[in-house]
Order: sequence, then structure tokens, then C-alpha cells
Amino acid sequence: MIKMKRFGKFILSLAAAGLVLSMAGCHGKQAGSDFEMPEAFDESREYEIVFWAKNDTNQTQTQIYEKCVADFEALYPNIHVSMKLYNDYSVIYNDVITNIATDTTPNVCITYPDHIATYMTGDGEIVFLEDLIDDPRYGLAGSELKFDGPSTDEIVPKYLDELMLGDHLMGLPFMRSSEALYINKTYVEAMGYEIPDVPTWDWVWEVSEAALAQNPDGTYAVNGQDVMIPFIYKSTDNMLITMLRQCNAGYSDDMGNILIFNETTGSILKEIASHGRTKAFSTFKISSYPGNFMNAGQCILAVDSTAGATWIGSNAPLSDIHDNKKVEFETVVRPVPQYDPSNIKMISQGPSVCIFNKDDEQEVLASWLFAQFLLTNEVQESYSETEGYVPVTLKAQNDPAYLEYLSLGGSDNDLHYGVKTDCVNMILGNIDNTFITPVFNGSTSLRNAAGQMVENCVKTVRRKGTVDDAYLEQMYTEVSQMYRLGEQRGNVGSRDLGPLPKTSVILLSCIAFAWICMGIYVIKDRFYAKKRR
Amino acid sequence: MKKFTAVCAAAALVLTLSACGKTTEAPVVEQPEIDTDALASDLNDVADQFGEALSDLDTDTDTDADAADDGVMSYADYAAAALDDEVTVVTYVQAHQSWWDNKITVYCQDQDGAIFLYELACSEEDAAKLTEGVQIKVTGFKSEWAGETEITDATFEFVEGGDLFVAAPKDLTDKLGTDELIDYQNQKVIFTDMTVVSVAFKNDQPGDDIYVTLSKDGAEYSFCLEYYLNGSDQEFYDLVSGLEAGQVVDVEGFLYWYEGANTHITSVTVK
Repeated sequence: MIKMKRFGKFILSLAAAGLVLSMAGCHGKQAGSDFEMPEAFDESREYEIVFWAKNDTNQTQTQIYEKCVADFEALYPNIHVSMKLYNDYSVIYNDVITNIATDTTPNVCITYPDHIATYMTGDGEIVFLEDLIDDPRYGLAGSELKFDGPSTDEIVPKYLDELMLGDHLMGLPFMRSSEALYINKTYVEAMGYEIPDVPTWDWVWEVSEAALAQNPDGTYAVNGQDVMIPFIYKSTDNMLITMLRQCNAGYSDDMGNILIFNETTGSILKEIASHGRTKAFSTFKISSYPGNFMNAGQCILAVDSTAGATWIGSNAPLSDIHDNKKVEFETVVRPVPQYDPSNIKMISQGPSVCIFNKDDEQEVLASWLFAQFLLTNEVQESYSETEGYVPVTLKAQNDPAYLEYLSLGGSDNDLHYGVKTDCVNMILGNIDNTFITPVFNGSTSLRNAAGQMVENCVKTVRRKGTVDDAYLEQMYTEVSQMYRLGEQRGNVGSRDLGPLPKTSVILLSCIAFAWICMGIYVIKDRFYAKKRR
Repeated sequence: MKKFTAVCAAAALVLTLSACGKTTEAPVVEQPEIDTDALASDLNDVADQFGEALSDLDTDTDTDADAADDGVMSYADYAAAALDDEVTVVTYVQAHQSWWDNKITVYCQDQDGAIFLYELACSEEDAAKLTEGVQIKVTGFKSEWAGETEITDATFEFVEGGDLFVAAPKDLTDKLGTDELIDYQNQKVIFTDMTVVSVAFKNDQPGDDIYVTLSKDGAEYSFCLEYYLNGSDQEFYDLVSGLEAGQVVDVEGFLYWYEGANTHITSVTVK
């Protein structure tokens, strides 16, 4: 009887073990891929690689991509790269999400880390690169590469770290930029202000309000025109995120917890709203591109991406406004406004490259080769020179040709446009002061929600509404619902999938029952076998 | 017993395989127990309230049909309203861009002037009813983006029993380059005998907007094939893509504004 009890325990233990194993096997999915590097790249075959890229409505960037593809295909004639260009990351994101459902994702895609995290939650598996980069043959600077690419050590460590999710490397950095405060120095100094090396928020708000002074005829004193929006911020999600980081206030954490609805956020939003009410401040979504207003002399302080530097300034090589609307002024570049000038914090942004897994490992290897080619000096340097981008490799940053390009900044209004090179120098001098926000499934929604709150507050006060505690409380609720904050929480690498569905519980019970039956059968069989002996 | 066990094990295996085969199911939310009697009672209450609301609506709609609602502005009042003011107008749909995410951008016009509705809140079902000429009542905020005057953050309702109005294109060729042109902003317009200067794809590839530069009497003007308006009309897209410098054309469209006139073209006639 005692022995039978022990057998019973054994059976139960077996069943329980089976249950646990089954649960582990069924519930939860590896977010990344289990791509394994082939023995060698099969060059006897033809490969079609689809590459989705983003440009900044800048024809030179398109030409660089096209040259990059042509140069790569010359090295690897059996790989054919088909490129589709976008000018908006969010459209790439939407298209990838749509194509995940039909298993028609591109092979290589320029994208944001936040977006990669979302791709990883679907069937469109991202190839993790942490092992690939160190492969001695086909990894970074590998022996079998047909081009002179960077080694792992030659990629700016901070930029590589930005793409780590847990132990996994989600992609490679392609370009890095930040935001800059573009200042119409001519007008600001005419107003009697000196421009600090690191402007504070207080300084920016004070100058903005002062710029609203009007002449008796109703025109603005600073520009003599009917229109003046002193301060425009292009990306209001970045605005709130950066302000919160500068205040060491909550936004989110690595586990995907939403921390943005806090007192500091309320204080910041009220301050922004107070300047929205006077119309000293506006946003891209409400008014339009800050560069257009600035070039027309209708804006004196603009925060925009350094990747938009060639659109800003009297002599900007690119422009959306007619020449007869432009005014002459001197542009200076500064870090985004700070709360503590001795502790600068600015966002790190810019495109990264991810690779989608496919059934054919050789095709994936071909994609990986192309992704690496994007980090070669020629591509890195030529692309970074199109805008206020910084190459992501030390190999390119320290290349004498690139250093010469920077040294010639301001010598012309084309390749060496001064505002652009000033932006690059500003970023290079502040790499250690840049930050990124945690990446998780839902981080894109949180980012959108941050921008939405700034837009809502500014619109509300422009429309004679009030932004107070009650308003903020209501808005937090609405924004949470609109962006389903909290519903997608959890880091992709270790997300909590919630309680088991009932159907799974029933199925697992069946498995446990089968194990028990099999156990009983085995024991019974042995018992009779012993008896027969 | 042996057979029974084998069958159980096989069944469990099959069930397990079918359960594990798709590992990316959306998280399942536990369904609460449903009290069907209480539900039926609640549904009856809702039906009663819905019936009452419907009869109230009938009365309201009669008033709407008279198109004399309080708060509805004439076009002149709308034009005179300050930016950021709340406005309510009754106008007629002329065309719209593609519906997306419960929003739709609509080109409207009545006998007095035109109004651009940016990202109007709209269900997909209602979007299908926003056909050319249909009358709608819109409430939103007067806004301006890059020189384009529009109504944003707006909601709308169909005018019950409303009439139809389809605007005829107004020839503004002689207004090109003048300060008067902006007075016709968003209207359905036509420019005749224009010469093609250049055609460029947004992103330098087909599949998105097309920027067309046309000239008249030595001055150049910007036009745009807005992809979300008529990019899905492949024949039209190909026609505009294939325009060549030097060709003479008549173009129809809506007089949109982006840092100056930037007509969204709807028709091109090559002469």
C-alpha cells in the first residue's frame, strides 16, 4: 500500500512535470528568430532582397541609396536589391505591420527601435544580431566580406547599446541625429538678448513672450509683419519626453510601466499651455514646419531635428517657401532648451536597420550582408553629409575625408552648409548627453500619447479653454484610453502573457490525464509481468 | 485498457498540437459569467430608451431639414470668424480623401465658398455616404496650417432631406499670381492652357503624391496630385506621371494652399 502511494506520487509528479513542460512549450513565443548562419554564402543562387528606406524629401539621399544598392550589387552580382522609399517613419511602420499579416515583410528595413519592438510581437520575426555581428566569416569586418566594413568595436558603443533589448541586438544603427534649437540671432539680439551657449527653458519662454510686442499699427515689432509665432517645436512627443528627462521625472521604465501621468508632467503641461495661450508658442501640427516660419522671419526660436538642418536659415539649400517670402538673418544652433545647463540632456534619434527572418537562411544572409554594407564609410559619410546626421561608426567619424568635410563647414551653402555642420558638431560634442527612452511593446503608443497631450493643451488654451488639474485628469484618462496605455505593457523579451485561456487549461488537463493513464498502464503492465515471472 | 490509454494519449497529442501550432494568438481575456435574465431586462430598457431617443431625433431632424439651426453660420460669417473659433457650417461634399482610422479629409463647397475639412471624425460606414454633392452640417474649429484655412477637430451629421450641390469648376487662369487668388481657396477651379514645366514624384518614386509645376506667361505655379485623393485612379496617375515638359494642358482641381497655391488636381486635359 505504501509502495502504491509512492507510485501514485510518482505518477502525479510525472503528470505535473508534463503539465509544466507543456505550459512552457505552449504559452509564450520567442520574439526573435532562431536564424542560424549557414556554413557559407551560396553565390551560385540568385537572391531578391527588398529594402524599405526613409529619406527626408531629399533627392541626394535617394541618390545615395541608389548608389549604395548599385555598388553592393556590383560586389554581389547574385543579390538584387529592390528599394522602396518613404519619407515618413510612421508610414513604414504601418506598412510593415500590414505586411506582417500577409508574411510579405521586406528583408531589410530602415526603422525606429520603438517600431522594431512592435514588429517583434507579431509573426514578422526580427533576426537578432548579437551572434551575427561576431561571426568571424560574415560578421562585422568578417573575413568573407567583399567590402571594408566596420568591426563591432568601430561602431559607437552607445548607438549599439540603444538597440539592445535584454540580451538581444534588434538591429544596427544607421544614422544618428538629435534635436537642435535653431535661433534667429539677428532678431533675438535686436530685441536686446544675448544668446547663451546653453539656453534654458526660462530664457526661451522669456524671449518668446517678448517677441510678441506689437507696433501701434498691429504689426510685430521684431519683424514688422502681421505674423509672429516666436517659438515652434516640431516634435511635441520629443518635447515632453525631453523635459521630463531633464527633470528626472517618470515617463516609462524598462518593463513597460507607464509613469508619464505624474505631477511634473502636469506642471510642464501647464507651463507650455500658458505660452500657448499667449500664442508665444505653437507646434508643427497646429501651425506648420518651424523652418518655413523661421525663414520668413515669422519665428525666432525653433526646435527641430538636426536632420532638418538644410531647410532652416536664410541661405538654406532646401526650402518650401517662395524666395520673395524669405528674410535675411543669421542662424545659430544650440542644444535644445535645458532646465539645468550644467547637466545637458537631449534625445538621441535617427534611423536604424533591422532584418526580417525568412525561411531561406541564404536569403537572410544576403540581407545581413546588405545591412552591413550600409555601415561602410562611403555610405555613412555621404548620407550623413546630406543632413545634420552623425555617422554611427567611429571608422567614418574619424576618417580624414569626413574630418575635412566638417572643417569646411560654412564655406558654402550647399555641401558645407554651416547650419548643418554646426548641428553635427553639436551632436558630436554631446554624445554622452544623449538619451533614449525604453523600448517595449507599446512604447510607440506612449510616445504618441506624450505628443498628443502637448497638442491638446495648446489647442485647448488657443480655443479659450482652461488647462488646470481637472482638465489634466480628464485628459490623462482620455489619452490612456485612446492609446490603450497599459494594455500592451511589458518588455517584448519577457512579456507577461496573462493567465492561461480556459481552452488551454482544458487541453493541458487532457495531457495530464493522458500521462496519468499511461503511468497506470506502465505500472499495471510491470505488476503483471512480475507476476508472470 | 491498453487501447483506451493509447486513444487518450493520441487525442491529447492531437489537441496539444492543434493548440501549439499557432503560438501567436492574441491574449485571451477571461469572459465574465453572463446573467441572461438580467441581460434581457437591460436590453429591453435600452430598447425603450433608444425608441424614445429616436422619436426625439425625428423632431430634431424636421428642424434640421429647414436648415435654420441655431449656430449655423453663413459662409461669410465663417470667413470672418477668427482662427481657433468654434464654427458650425452647412456645406456640400465635393470630394474626399481616403478614409483612415475613423477620420476623413473632405473638400466641401456651397454657392458662396469652399471649406476644407481636415481629418473629420467619421465612421467607415458614414464615409461611404459622403458622396459628391451631399449636404452635411459640420462643427469644429477654424484653423490655419501653412496658409491653408480649414476646419479641424470636427464632427458632422448628414442633413436629413438636404438638397444636392455640385460645384462647377471656376476658371481662375487670369487670377494666377494675383493676391485675389486666395479668395477662392479650396474651391473647385480650372486653369487653362498651362505649360508643363516638370513632374516629380514625392520620394522620387511612383506610389505617392506627384508634384507638378506648370507655367503661364513665364511664371511657374505648383500643383499636386494628392495620392489620398485620387492616387488609386491608376489611369489618372499614369496620365499625370507621364506629362512631359512643354505639353499644354487644362487642369481642374481644388485650390488647396501650402505656402501658396498648391491645387490638388483632379483632371488633366492634354491639348
